[in-house]
Amino acid sequence: MEQTPAVELRHVTKRFGKVVANDHVNLTIRRGEILSLLGENGSGKTTLMNMLAGIYFPDEGEILINGTPVTIASPKDAFDNGIGMIHQHFKLVDVFTAAENVTLGTDDAKLDLRQVADHINEICQKYGFVIDPMKKVYDMSVSEKQTVEIIKVLYRGADILILDEPTAVLTPQETDRLFDVMRNMKADGKAMIIITHKLHEVMDVSDRVAVLRKGEYIGDVATKDTNPQKLTDMMVGRAVKLNINRPEPVNTTPRLEVRNLTVYDALGVKRLDNVNFTALGGEILGIAGIAGSGQKELLEAVAGLQPMAEGASITYRSIGSEDKGIQLVGMTPMQIKRAGVSLAFVPEDRLGMGLVGTMGMTDNMLLRSYRKGVSPFADRKAPKKLAEDVLKELEVVTPSVSFPVRRLSGGNVQKVLVGREIAQEPSVLMTAYAVRGLDINTSYTIYNLLTEQKMKNVAVIYVGEDLDVLLELADRILVLCGGQVSGIVDARTTTKEEVGLLMTKFQKGGDKTI
Amino acid sequence: MSHIKSGHEPLIRIAKRDAIAKPKAIMIRAIAVLLSLVVSGVFIFAITGLNPIRVYEVMVEGAFGTSRRSWVTIRDTMMLFCIAIGLAPAYKMKFWNIGAEGQVLIGGICTAGLMRALGSSMPTPLLLVVMACASLLGGCLWGIIPAIFKAEWHTNETLFTLMMNYVAIQLTSYCVSLWENPFGSNSVGIINQQTQGGWFPKIFGQAVSLNVIIVLTLAIGMHIYLTYSKQGYEIAVVGDSVNTARYAGINVKAVTIRTMAVSGAICGLAGFIAVAGASHTISTSTAGGQGFTAIIVAWLAQFNSAIMGLIALLLVSLQKGAIQIASQFKLNNYASNVITGIILFFILGSEFFINFRLILRGKKGGEEK
Amino acid sequence: MITFVQISQLLQSAIVFGTVIMFGALGEILTQKSGNLNLGVPGIMYLGGIAGLAAAYAYEMNTANPIGFVSLIISFVAAFAASALGGLIYSFLTITLRANQNVTGLTLTIFGAGLANLFGGMLNAMAGGVGQISIRTTSSAYRLSISNVVSLGPFASIFLSYGFMAYLAIVIAVGLFFFLGKSRTGLNLRAVGENPGTADAAGINVTRYKYVATCVGAGISGLGGLYYTMDYIKGTWTTDSTIEALGWLAVALVIFATWRPLNAIWGAYLFGVLYWLYLYIPGLTRSSQEIFKMLPYVVTIVVLLRVSMRKKREDQPPASLGLSYFREER
Repeated sequence: MEQTPAVELRHVTKRFGKVVANDHVNLTIRRGEILSLLGENGSGKTTLMNMLAGIYFPDEGEILINGTPVTIASPKDAFDNGIGMIHQHFKLVDVFTAAENVTLGTDDAKLDLRQVADHINEICQKYGFVIDPMKKVYDMSVSEKQTVEIIKVLYRGADILILDEPTAVLTPQETDRLFDVMRNMKADGKAMIIITHKLHEVMDVSDRVAVLRKGEYIGDVATKDTNPQKLTDMMVGRAVKLNINRPEPVNTTPRLEVRNLTVYDALGVKRLDNVNFTALGGEILGIAGIAGSGQKELLEAVAGLQPMAEGASITYRSIGSEDKGIQLVGMTPMQIKRAGVSLAFVPEDRLGMGLVGTMGMTDNMLLRSYRKGVSPFADRKAPKKLAEDVLKELEVVTPSVSFPVRRLSGGNVQKVLVGREIAQEPSVLMTAYAVRGLDINTSYTIYNLLTEQKMKNVAVIYVGEDLDVLLELADRILVLCGGQVSGIVDARTTTKEEVGLLMTKFQKGGDKTI
Repeated sequence: MSHIKSGHEPLIRIAKRDAIAKPKAIMIRAIAVLLSLVVSGVFIFAITGLNPIRVYEVMVEGAFGTSRRSWVTIRDTMMLFCIAIGLAPAYKMKFWNIGAEGQVLIGGICTAGLMRALGSSMPTPLLLVVMACASLLGGCLWGIIPAIFKAEWHTNETLFTLMMNYVAIQLTSYCVSLWENPFGSNSVGIINQQTQGGWFPKIFGQAVSLNVIIVLTLAIGMHIYLTYSKQGYEIAVVGDSVNTARYAGINVKAVTIRTMAVSGAICGLAGFIAVAGASHTISTSTAGGQGFTAIIVAWLAQFNSAIMGLIALLLVSLQKGAIQIASQFKLNNYASNVITGIILFFILGSEFFINFRLILRGKKGGEEK
Repeated sequence: MITFVQISQLLQSAIVFGTVIMFGALGEILTQKSGNLNLGVPGIMYLGGIAGLAAAYAYEMNTANPIGFVSLIISFVAAFAASALGGLIYSFLTITLRANQNVTGLTLTIFGAGLANLFGGMLNAMAGGVGQISIRTTSSAYRLSISNVVSLGPFASIFLSYGFMAYLAIVIAVGLFFFLGKSRTGLNLRAVGENPGTADAAGINVTRYKYVATCVGAGISGLGGLYYTMDYIKGTWTTDSTIEALGWLAVALVIFATWRPLNAIWGAYLFGVLYWLYLYIPGLTRSSQEIFKMLPYVVTIVVLLRVSMRKKREDQPPASLGLSYFREER
């Protein structure tokens, strides 16, 4: 039986400047079907979906809804065609209630919030959501906000739903609940596209999988006819045999002892809960966990950027356990540096935190060294030399060392940042998602640099999202779950399953006891 | 096989430019200024019925027709330039200091007060130093109050500094009626008209030489400060990303307050120059809206000292020219504000064509227009 | 001791004063709710004032027996249209051309003040004689109040002795309250000011909302200038910077009212009381009177500080205030 597809994309192309984000992509979605759109970071999944949602306008190609060619020039056009997208960054007005957000932009003649609330409750009952329509968004948890987003598109009668990485911010329990809702909607005849790069979720929820690689459409398969291995092959183009060089650690000594570390965020939510571990000089300590499990807070706490609850202790030892150590808690980044602790930190948000986007490489190198000397003027000679060295050694592609780094590609930005941080000759090197968005070659360059640092007796802390990499790169893996340490395992002997279980340890059934 | 259904495709779409060649950017701005002069010409023609070319001739005469006029133009340019220099570090840090008007007035009050009190007892060179220091301190104080609240509580600095202007204006009114001379005139009159105590001395036979020397020194100093000093570097980092600054161990609060202290102090010094080096009196119009105009000057020049000087010169010449038209053709001086407004509108609008490019329907996205 | 008559006088002058800035503030609240921080309010009020005056003057000069009501309509429409046109210049530059809002607003203030005083000076020159125009018919139409018709007791005159625009301001404030809080369009507008990306994704035409809110807002602000020339200074023109000072006070009132139209009503009158209070405090010298006139600004600063320290979400400025919006930003 050949049913008319709900959506058909033909030869859709989108460019940003010289970058081709989507290159003649074809795609079909049918009713009563969940399609997984799979691809690595930067493969063009979100861009493609944004064209369906009316956020971007395609440079070439054609979009058919129910077999009819349409033009989607604005989000309004998308709604009119029954398309609703749940964006990764929630598009909600914080000071509005759920009901106000849901009714926003609809054509209902009158603004009757009580009626909207009733309608929301109906939708909730039908598909199995729970939400208070009168709650303000700024009081909501992440999963509540996501629920509002989904209700928003259902309220408008969308029958084609696009979910952009909906599970990245959810606990496994919340993810299961979301998938149940999705299955209910599928039974109701809706067409759904879920963007994800978590393979087990693809296998779990979808009927069909379409794969994008570097902006190109690779193909699609029925989920029942495939397996994670085959999908990975499609995604990366060849089987992943990482073969990361991992020498045995030598002469490891305790470098950083973290005790009783608890962190509350600005809203008073507990982000880290009594974290204890020791990072050794001469090893790579991997940190695994679902996004938002406290990784960011942990690194920032060590770097002196995060206020901590009473009782925390972070002791730095330069030589060994006989050293009395330096207490880092309560120090600003400046004081840490003055105390002689060489701490290198590659944060997740490279341009928002690690680098100055409007400045060139030279001035970005200066960020770590500008204070040197008593002169009121900054010395740019050494940073310029360093910038040129980094440019050569890491093969940074840039017109010149004074070209604003903001305009470089993601991989080159990362090379600039990592290059600078390693050049500090650190004794502790912390990286957050160091290879996110990088191509395979660059990723290996980074892995090798980190391993090199490890062999120089640096304590390397590597926060990662790809378990395969963690298993082959790190010596030990610390697993965070909901702000707690759910386990520290030997990376050489553990399995992916074991780490995966630890990542969700405290969430299944709400078991909070260790 | 690719085509676009062009039924509803927008006629013109816009896209951010990656970078623009310098000559092209300069050309776009030049076209904008030219267009604005044409529009101003039409405007002048509409209300006076005069040949616009002739009008511009009169304007040039008004600004540079005699050596005295030239010097007045230079003097006023220096004043506007000085305030813009003061604003540059604050704006580079993305601190919206709308309060220059007030900072200038506070500097002016300090200067006028000291000039009245000590004009006959203290030798002028020493008095000048004392007045300069006082105006620096006064402007500095006026600048750091909003900065402290911004640093500690993120209080909106645009609105705070705006309010501080009017507090300063009322403070000036207070001083004017306190120092009224002669009684009942509601003005301070020329201070020390006979003794000229505390007035800028003539250097090289010119009364405004000192103004030029001070402001050009400041301009060069500020250029060096922002481009080469460690503090200037910190300002640039904070202006780009507060998080990066914290990451690098920069004390953002301290930099915010310190930078506003510098900014306010230089604006205060502009008040000193306005009183001791130009008007020799104080009134609520001592700043005369220059504090606002200077924001536009600093912003358009993107804090480049030389360009700030050029824009200041352009605006002041226009004002002087418009005043000349006004007196020749029996209009009032406000004609200059109209022309200034028109020119600024065009320059502001032209920035769009520097930052964005237009894509016409049917053209492929990648093409450069 | 302050007598009842004095209180009554103070309140009356405060209400007249407050009405000028209330118009300015209400227009600016509408504008800011769309995310546009228009610092051109003083310039816009100038435009409204001069346009109304010039239109009324042209009518009175060219008509043998000018009718007050006709002149009132003509000048009212002219003032609103001229101010909205000022808003349109601002909108085109900041919304379409994405120029910096603060800088554009300040330029608009320079431009509006210049244009108004230029034409005001020309009108005064045309009038000859004492060098000041006067449009009696129109002005008295604006100032017609119940107290002109029936004699009122001192208490009733606190409420009923004003021209229609004093009541119009309150009507606009209440209307704005219902519009922003209770209507769909108002909800959409607030969403545009809070988070234009979200509004856009919800299918709201961000550009159109910003344009309309800014132009209508400018029109309302301009009525403050109209009220000032027609009622406050009784149909004349003085080439000075009074309107500018009032315009900035209107911006202050927006903050004081924490972007709520109803707060703007009593806030405006409070500003009026604070402004005129010095007349009723015995023993003030002329110089210390000036210190008293500082009060409205100081009070605004205190409110600004309190709001920023308490961090109550509902009291904050619209979240995207001052930022331009570009959909394909990445």
